[in-house]
Amino acid sequence: MTLVSTTTRPRRRVPEALRSPLTVVGVVVAAGWLLVVVLGPLLQPADPLAQSPDRLAPLSAAHWFGTDSLGRDVLSRVIAGARISIPLSLLLVALSASVGSLLGAVAGLLGGVVDEVVMRLADLVLAFPTIILAMVVAAALGPSLTNAVIAMLVVTWPQYARVTRSLVLGARDREFVVAGRLLGIGWFTSLRRDVVPNVAGPVFALTTLDFGNAILLLSGLSFLGLGTVPPTPEWGLMVSDGVQNFTAWWVAAFPGLAICSIVLAFNFIGDALRDALDPRMQKAVGSRAL
Amino acid sequence: MPRSGEPLTAEVAGAATVPPAPRRGRHPLLRYVSIRLGISVLLVWGVTLVTFVMTNLVPADPVTAVLGDAAAADPEVVAQFRRELGLDRSLPEQYLLYLQRLLHLDLGTSAQTRRPVLDDLREAVPATAELALFVLLVSVVVGVGIGVFAALRHRRFADDVVRVVSLVGISAPTFWLALVVFYVGFYRLGWFPGSGRLDTQLVPPPQVTGFMTVDSLLAGQTATFVNALAHLLLPGLVLTLYTVGLLARFSRSAVLDVLNQEYVTAARAKGLPGRVVTFRYVLRGALLPILTVVGLSFGSLLSGAVLTETVFVWHGLGQYAYQAATRLDLQAVMGVGLVVGVTYITINFVVDLLYAVIDPRVRRQ
Repeated sequence: MTLVSTTTRPRRRVPEALRSPLTVVGVVVAAGWLLVVVLGPLLQPADPLAQSPDRLAPLSAAHWFGTDSLGRDVLSRVIAGARISIPLSLLLVALSASVGSLLGAVAGLLGGVVDEVVMRLADLVLAFPTIILAMVVAAALGPSLTNAVIAMLVVTWPQYARVTRSLVLGARDREFVVAGRLLGIGWFTSLRRDVVPNVAGPVFALTTLDFGNAILLLSGLSFLGLGTVPPTPEWGLMVSDGVQNFTAWWVAAFPGLAICSIVLAFNFIGDALRDALDPRMQKAVGSRAL
Repeated sequence: MPRSGEPLTAEVAGAATVPPAPRRGRHPLLRYVSIRLGISVLLVWGVTLVTFVMTNLVPADPVTAVLGDAAAADPEVVAQFRRELGLDRSLPEQYLLYLQRLLHLDLGTSAQTRRPVLDDLREAVPATAELALFVLLVSVVVGVGIGVFAALRHRRFADDVVRVVSLVGISAPTFWLALVVFYVGFYRLGWFPGSGRLDTQLVPPPQVTGFMTVDSLLAGQTATFVNALAHLLLPGLVLTLYTVGLLARFSRSAVLDVLNQEYVTAARAKGLPGRVVTFRYVLRGALLPILTVVGLSFGSLLSGAVLTETVFVWHGLGQYAYQAATRLDLQAVMGVGLVVGVTYITINFVVDLLYAVIDPRVRRQ
């Protein structure tokens, strides 16, 4: 036994797609932001909420990123903003992936009326451009952070439902799943034990790509005044402060760059993950290698 | 897979013995179109349901919002108002009333402008449509162009460049990009006009289409036309960067998918020139998914327009929606939601129709 396992077990190699320079850049940047989230207050040179008479001051040794319209230190606010945007977007993606995947899986597995209802509902949501529907929901519920997250959840679950449903439909008729059902295990057990492991990969890749969208949507709603409320140091809200004072470019530039960098990092990672997990892409890579 | 093999064998067998039995429905195309149309109509109905539910979800009392506090204190006025709007009836009845009003193109009155929402939309929609069409035109040419180019240069330098550039395009937040472009193009360089659709000292041309560029040309005002076009450039650039990124990414993967199909290998193997393979085989095969994304990109274009218009004070649908949403002017928000939803469904319906034009399989099956 020992002999066999040490000599013949294939070593798991990191797929080629995950070793590209872009992926490395993405991982490094994302890890950097994660560090900022963890260390947070330790890195802030000043209190992100403390106002000072030193309004719209340009970059200096005291204020590396300048100050905003209320004299608050922009660098500290960008750092503090990471602790709002990143965890909130992670929460949102986790929620919408769970809700969407569960609905999609149930729809795919049960079929019939349930399938129709869930998928038509998804179609309906997808009939609206994201931010407009989110605006409608957020406006109807009233502006607050919780409502913004609810609004975003409403607009983001369908894509998970669609992807999961199509993956489940693909997995449903595979022999081992059918065998399990024939053995008499319930649909939920079948879903959990046989189907989920086979759809988890692509859904995970989607969450990585979707994390960037979540950040963009959250900051977009806040920018419009429908998400976080002042004086929260949220990145989108900070950019909207920069619209009022656009001559002081630093007010909006740095929070905007923060959004850009983390979204880009996650898109790099998500792209690589999708390539690595999508068998079609592997085929594309493989045929090239010949 | 027996399912995909079935039609083929049936056809072959039919051709060999007797003429194939007519399938259900004489005109498959007509059947296809009517199914698509049915789905679209159902979706539009769903959209009205969504806007209606949203309007009733709101915690704020519409009575106080419209009448103001003074009038809302008078129970008689309130009762009269509720009766007029049908607020004293049951929800299903209210929904039917709502549908009835929609059929008469009555979208309610905006609490903010005190005008019928339809009149507001008549002014806002052309502004956004002009911007969106301008962007879509440029983006389709550039985005699909570089996407296809990157796919044909797969895993070479040009491909990597396109991948990174298109990723940056979709990763930058639109509202921030708008601000950057505004700051650099208008404030710093002064090369382009800043906000609005025309310089303030210019008189807008008489409204025919609502498109500044078209109307000024129709009125023969060349200077106004040039000015309107210049005003389109900066907000257009912001939206183009995003849409180009989106279209380039999807076109690239669509072409890559087709490149791996066996019929392309077969075409190459039988010695067809590369140009013929690319244009007649690969691009034709990739056209359907690309078309789908062009249709879908219209949705993200409208989302982007909301954010861009706010920065550029572009009096379009986006800015109207933004102002309405922040002031809890629900009738106006729902009006925008309705218009946008219906437009989006219509565009996807047109895309479905184009499917039938491009793909012979859709016509036959």
